[in-house]
Amino acid sequence: MQKLTNRAVQIDRSPMTFGERVYLPSLAKGLGITLGHIFKKKATTRYPEEKRPFSPVFRGLHILNRDENGAERCTACGLCALACPAEAITMEAAERKPGEEHLYREEKYAAKYEINMLRCIFCGYCEEACPKDAIYLTETIMPANYTRASFIYKKEDLLIPDKKQGSK
Amino acid sequence: MLLLQIDTALIIEKVILISVILMGSLGIAMYATWGERKVSAVMQDRIGPNRAGPFGLLQPLADGLKLFFKEEIIPDRSTGFIFVLGPCLAMLTALMTSAVVPWGPDYITESGRVISFQVADINIGILFVFGAVSLGVYGVMLGGWASNNKFSLLSSIRAASQAISYELAMGISLIALLMLTGTLSLREIVSQQHGFWNDGYFSWNFFKQPIGFIIFLTCSFAELCRAPFDLPECDSELNMGYHQEYSSMKLGFYLFAEYINMFISSAIIVTLFFGGYNFPFMDSVQHATLAHPILFTIICILVLLTKIICMILFFMFVRWTLPRFRYDQLMKLGWRSLIPLALVNMLITGVLILWVFKK
Repeated sequence: MQKLTNRAVQIDRSPMTFGERVYLPSLAKGLGITLGHIFKKKATTRYPEEKRPFSPVFRGLHILNRDENGAERCTACGLCALACPAEAITMEAAERKPGEEHLYREEKYAAKYEINMLRCIFCGYCEEACPKDAIYLTETIMPANYTRASFIYKKEDLLIPDKKQGSK
Repeated sequence: MLLLQIDTALIIEKVILISVILMGSLGIAMYATWGERKVSAVMQDRIGPNRAGPFGLLQPLADGLKLFFKEEIIPDRSTGFIFVLGPCLAMLTALMTSAVVPWGPDYITESGRVISFQVADINIGILFVFGAVSLGVYGVMLGGWASNNKFSLLSSIRAASQAISYELAMGISLIALLMLTGTLSLREIVSQQHGFWNDGYFSWNFFKQPIGFIIFLTCSFAELCRAPFDLPECDSELNMGYHQEYSSMKLGFYLFAEYINMFISSAIIVTLFFGGYNFPFMDSVQHATLAHPILFTIICILVLLTKIICMILFFMFVRWTLPRFRYDQLMKLGWRSLIPLALVNMLITGVLILWVFKK
């Protein structure tokens, strides 16, 4: 039979020799192994002080993007909600009123946009589905919380701050 | 009525010594819990407690405080008085054994007064240790029985039978040693192991009784209920063991007693087999410190403590290396391997003493 890995070892089922039954040699061997581990590099990451580097494709908390003028890119087309395998995204569309051009990029925008982070599996399909480059998954880890309600992220939680408004 | 004269200085001396030893063993037991977690951590490539204070050194304090503030639960259907008595007995017997360990050589003050660093030099020191250790089973047994929990009861029965089985091999292995020393007093046993090299041979009993040492060590693992013989508390079979129903400081007492037992049994092993406070070239060190004899005494005590700590580290080391024995394996090892081996060892020692060395 073909071996799956080169680490496979044939088990020796012959009766134990006297040396094996005495147990002390194997005990010494075991103690040697554990002694060796004392000097090994520790695998621990001291979390709050040091953080593990993420892989370039890490998918964390979502954000809703703005365009270069600070207007929301999302048009509430619903493709992200459709693509979402966990059905975590809900939204309500609304029509842009005259005079709101600086707020919303196109005539239709999301009045309500919610992601249930307890349902979300961070697959990133919403990011792939979005035709307007509005939703992105960042490198932020989902923070823990105490209540279920606090895991439902509203549009205000997701939307990145407007750089222009911030500078005003 | 000379005999009835009370030596006040002696009483004060002993009271101070007793309190220092009690506090010391409590402190060492406290830091043994920290040490155990650190040792287990480094052996598993982890860091271990490092949040409370530098290197997590305040961790035992935090643990103790936590245990104090936990809710005290006494199960409805437990036998109240015995339920409380259990941990007290465990703690009492754990602390009792330290009375006969000689912690250092005699210190003679300038006025010619001899201060002994041993609470009681009784001539049956080892027997006392054995007696106190056997009493320790009562703490476990009563606690397990009074909990009115079948797992606790099973575990305490295991603990008792394990202790009884291994005490036998332990005693026999010691008989071989006692034939060599000719005394039961721990103080004399230590003084016989003076220095390191004596009359062309090592003076420590370990080199005279290596098999006896291995048997004694194995048995003390079993007596302490530590891995690989921690069957009384094997989590996978008995949930938590005899202290399952205990909470708060009563649980703390049980856990603590275990560590004190480890400290004391390390002290006994060091005293019996590794020369107690003796160390190589101690005569020249004593000569060099003649001007300050207290210095020599302190060095001796520190040497003893170092040996004890090494022994404790070895105990932890083994615990985090070996898997737990099965119960029948444990009994087989005790009755069918260690006891015959101890008997043979005793026989060989006797033959050697009688016909080869002609003592």
